[in-house]
Amino acid sequence: MKPAPFAYAKARSVAAAIELLASNDARLLAGGQSLIATLNMRLSQPALLVDINGIAGLDRIALTNAHIEIGTLVRYAQAERSPEIARAAPLIALALPHIGHTAIRNRGTLGGSLAFADPAAELPACMIALGAEIEIVGPQGQRAVKADEFFKDLFETALTARDVLTAIRVPVASGATRVGFAEFARRHGDYAMVGLAACAQADGTRLNDLRLAYFGVGATPVRARKAEAALAEGDVEAGVSALAGDLDPPDDVQASGAVKTHLAGVLLRRVARQLGRAAS
Amino acid sequence: MRITDDSPPIVSALDRPNSYIGRSVPRPNLARLTQGRAQFVSDLTLPRMAHVAFVRSPHAHARIVAIATAAAAKAPGVVAVVTGAKLAKVITPWVGVLTHLKGIKSAPQYAIAIERACWQGEAVCAVVARSRAEAEDACELVEVSYEALPAVADPETALESGTPVIHPELGDNLTFERVHVGGDPDKGFRDADAVIETTFHFGRHTGVTNEPRAILADWNEGEGRLTVYQGTQAPHMMQNLFAKHLALEEHQVRVLTKDVGGSFGIKVHTYADEMATVALSKLLKRPIKFVADRIESFVTDIHARDHRVKAKIGVKNDGTITAWEIDDLTGIGPYSVYPRTSGIEANQIVNLTGGPYTCPNYRARARVVFQNKNVMCQYRAVGHPIATAVTEGLVELAAAKIGMDPLEMRRRNLIPDDAYPSSGPSGIKFEALSHHESLAHLDAMMDYAGLRAEQKRLRAQGIYRGIGFASFIEVTNPSAAFYGIGGAKISAQDGVTMRLDAQGALICHTGVTEQGQGAEAVIAQVAASSFGVPIERVRVITGDTDSTPYGGGTWASRAAGIGGEAAWQAGKALRANVLACAASILQAKPEHLDIRDGAVVDRDGGNERLPLHELARIAYFRPDTLPPGFQAELVATRHYVPRAWPFAFTNGVQASYVEVDRDSGFVKLLRHWCVEDCGTVINPQLVDEQIRGGVVQGIGAALFEHCIYDARGQLLNGNMADYLVPMAAEMPDIEVGHVVTPTADSELGAKGAGEAGTAGAPGAVMNAINDALRPLGAKPLTAMPFTPGRILQALGRISESTPT
Ligand SMILES: Cc1cc2nc3c(=O)[nH]c(=O)nc-3n(C[C@H](O)[C@H](O)[C@H](O)COP(=O)(O)OP(=O)(O)OC[C@H]3O[C@@H](n4cnc5c(N)ncnc54)[C@H](O)[C@@H]3O)c2cc1C
Repeated sequence: MKPAPFAYAKARSVAAAIELLASNDARLLAGGQSLIATLNMRLSQPALLVDINGIAGLDRIALTNAHIEIGTLVRYAQAERSPEIARAAPLIALALPHIGHTAIRNRGTLGGSLAFADPAAELPACMIALGAEIEIVGPQGQRAVKADEFFKDLFETALTARDVLTAIRVPVASGATRVGFAEFARRHGDYAMVGLAACAQADGTRLNDLRLAYFGVGATPVRARKAEAALAEGDVEAGVSALAGDLDPPDDVQASGAVKTHLAGVLLRRVARQLGRAAS
Repeated sequence: MRITDDSPPIVSALDRPNSYIGRSVPRPNLARLTQGRAQFVSDLTLPRMAHVAFVRSPHAHARIVAIATAAAAKAPGVVAVVTGAKLAKVITPWVGVLTHLKGIKSAPQYAIAIERACWQGEAVCAVVARSRAEAEDACELVEVSYEALPAVADPETALESGTPVIHPELGDNLTFERVHVGGDPDKGFRDADAVIETTFHFGRHTGVTNEPRAILADWNEGEGRLTVYQGTQAPHMMQNLFAKHLALEEHQVRVLTKDVGGSFGIKVHTYADEMATVALSKLLKRPIKFVADRIESFVTDIHARDHRVKAKIGVKNDGTITAWEIDDLTGIGPYSVYPRTSGIEANQIVNLTGGPYTCPNYRARARVVFQNKNVMCQYRAVGHPIATAVTEGLVELAAAKIGMDPLEMRRRNLIPDDAYPSSGPSGIKFEALSHHESLAHLDAMMDYAGLRAEQKRLRAQGIYRGIGFASFIEVTNPSAAFYGIGGAKISAQDGVTMRLDAQGALICHTGVTEQGQGAEAVIAQVAASSFGVPIERVRVITGDTDSTPYGGGTWASRAAGIGGEAAWQAGKALRANVLACAASILQAKPEHLDIRDGAVVDRDGGNERLPLHELARIAYFRPDTLPPGFQAELVATRHYVPRAWPFAFTNGVQASYVEVDRDSGFVKLLRHWCVEDCGTVINPQLVDEQIRGGVVQGIGAALFEHCIYDARGQLLNGNMADYLVPMAAEMPDIEVGHVVTPTADSELGAKGAGEAGTAGAPGAVMNAINDALRPLGAKPLTAMPFTPGRILQALGRISESTPT
């Protein structure tokens, strides 16, 4: 469990990082909580690690009226302590304690989680539920990608090998915003067997713009659109039944697809309660 | 975690002045361990040391057609690339059989596979380099051509005629079979009002140690001497094996074992890669180090517990158990592990099933078969968790069937406390056990009646909680009956050598070893108490075959009971020697003197006569002042081995309180209790830690740990993310209680305590889950680990045919 040899460079600016990425088979190093394990297991063998931890300004949390912007290097632990995130993005605050253990949250970054795009990770699903935007800087300049379009396939995102994810932009929660989060993990801190992140805007008894993003059920986070429609109408059980059409989780070592689909229904009832919808 | 102090009273016979026995003395090694100054093999470096990494078979079963090593040999830092054929010139193969397991057979196993790889992970080539990283780089350049062979994965079909025979020269895939009939089982089942039959499955799992296996071998050609630093539980056993297979004499081999980062039985076996490391040192004439990484650990550290047990119990309506029957089948990988064999776990299951109970009518069969998976062998509580879960599962299913309270059912069937000596249905002999007293203690400790009332109240609210029990027995302090009589050079006896140093402190060499469990503390306590010095003046030296008395090491919960008694006797012997010396200095009679708190005192009255440092000064530096003809002997050695009984059986009972979420199938462990009787409790804190740690590993088996293989013999979850070790957040408070029935075989009276927790916990948790789900009409769960998927299936929430 020793990594293959690699070179190391510490970037001092995003531009420098992009330049280094262009030169050869390079990989960005953020918190290292996923990357170092894959290197040690020789699942990947890049020639160069470009350390972005020294780039000033990437660990900022900035609040405007409409958005909260979270720099890519913001660590989970930092986000957990942030009053801005608690207020403006309460779904993220709900999800953070479920990620790994304290030691991992001290190092792991929010941007790293999205870039790595583990299908069982909490934050990618949260970003989809929140309708977040991902800020990317590449050789051609800056662009923003909607979370819905960011997660392409297993460990594959809209990022190319030349890009740096710089920030995450999340719409600020209003008084009408309702969020819900729940997951099943065998042990505290494990990646979820199946999890659900949800966000909606309450309008009287209606839930507008309801987004249910499941994780641990496929190659990427999965929107449960049929269940969203049922739940928006207030019918929790119809939502649970609709999941069979929304989700087709593959078997893995922790649970079969059938178990995951069942658990997805259990989560829906729990999250519906958090959204102010009582199960019948 | 709440710590409940339930320390037993100090046993009077041992209650010498200033006795440390029965006191929670902090371990003397605590500061060393917590300051990072322990000596783990993983951390050691020697001049000219090289590292070995192994190319391992990706196939469960394959012929090795060719190995191309030229590219690897030229890689940076590489010292040598060595195949099995080359290594076989310096080390002979071994066969893991014992003569007292009648008919057990196995094939020769080589340090590195030569013709065939027989499991995924078996080493097929070694690469030695300046650093482990360079060795791993070069491993990627070794090209092995394999011809894949059909893999035998499922024990159920291993003996069928269509299944390939893994070692054709053995004739079939049967390693070992034992049949036992006790009493009259047929009559027993005829006499029953109800017969309950079910099949239990136990998941293959492993013991995950903090520090992986580690070895550093240094062959010194000039001295003709092999020094091996090894994280092992049995240094003298390894000395014998290294000598035997490298054509050396034992005095040419020194095994050093200082701190070991956890063992659990994993480190008491012969591992091919460790043997290869030692052989490479001999071949290359330089120190070679091997430290298994996690990925290697999962595919090479022994696995255990992969058993399928068909089981049956007969019971009368008044609760009397009338008969037992079991049929055990287990797959142990392609080789019986050397030298303890892989037949012991199945043998123990036959020995222990039904053990706590009076019913003698018992039929048992156990079959052990070869398969192409990692090897299985003895892991903490060998066979006990299976025998206990089967027995206790049957008892609670029978109780439910006849509508009897499970504790009442046990009261009617457990061997009475005044019926000893006694024996179990398999014929195992018990000196003295305390099942009923333990049960009464548990009943009170957990407020059983109160819990039942709470359970009932909560059920009305749709909350499903369950209470499950497991009475158990534990084999400890083994005599030569375990291994010695079967021809293995594994010492059942152990010794302690005690020396008074020149300042009056006590230097204690012991054959038992420290692996984190606190053996050093126990030996120090006993030595200090027996001889008569403050514990701070005792230095315990373990793990050096050059200087410690010959002994078995640490396994089968023997360190305190056997090593402790040797220390007790050595302390007495040295005290007599020192008092003889004191008497000659003081012109007193030895029988009028004693040693207390580091000084020679008057036996009556306790007046100080001579501090030990003064005695030592005279004996070592001014012996001319002693009476003519008197020679002070300030060293004494004593050995001990249990002789009256083959094993010191211990007993106890555990209870588990769980809540099952019937929507998700998740189990929440609320509380756990263990009352156990290990005889004299030398150090209550260490005993309680052993019990708690053992319970946690038992819970791991019940709920979490599982080496999942596919039908081709590939391990699917060999990493710390997918293999679920039990972790603190999921663990309940574990309360420990004690009943004390000392063994009369030793003066100390201590039996073992290391495996009791692991023995009972899986059965207790299983029974608690089934108790919780019974009102929901769930099918009893009998396949461990109890995953949410399996529980949902039992509840009918997902269909039975879907995989979980
Ligand atoms: C024991 C353990 C348990 C864990 N449990 C969980 C869990 O329950 N839930 C969970 O979500 N995660 C879990 N993780 C993973 C953890 O959250 C990682 O920190 C996260 O997935 C990656 O973030 P990082 O900052 O460590 O990224 P790194 O490991 O440094 O990088 C990961 C990948 O992302 C790329 N990358 C990083 N930053 C950028 C960027 N700015 N632009 C472009 N690419 C980038 C890297 O090149 C690399 O390919 C666990 C990890 C461990 C070790």
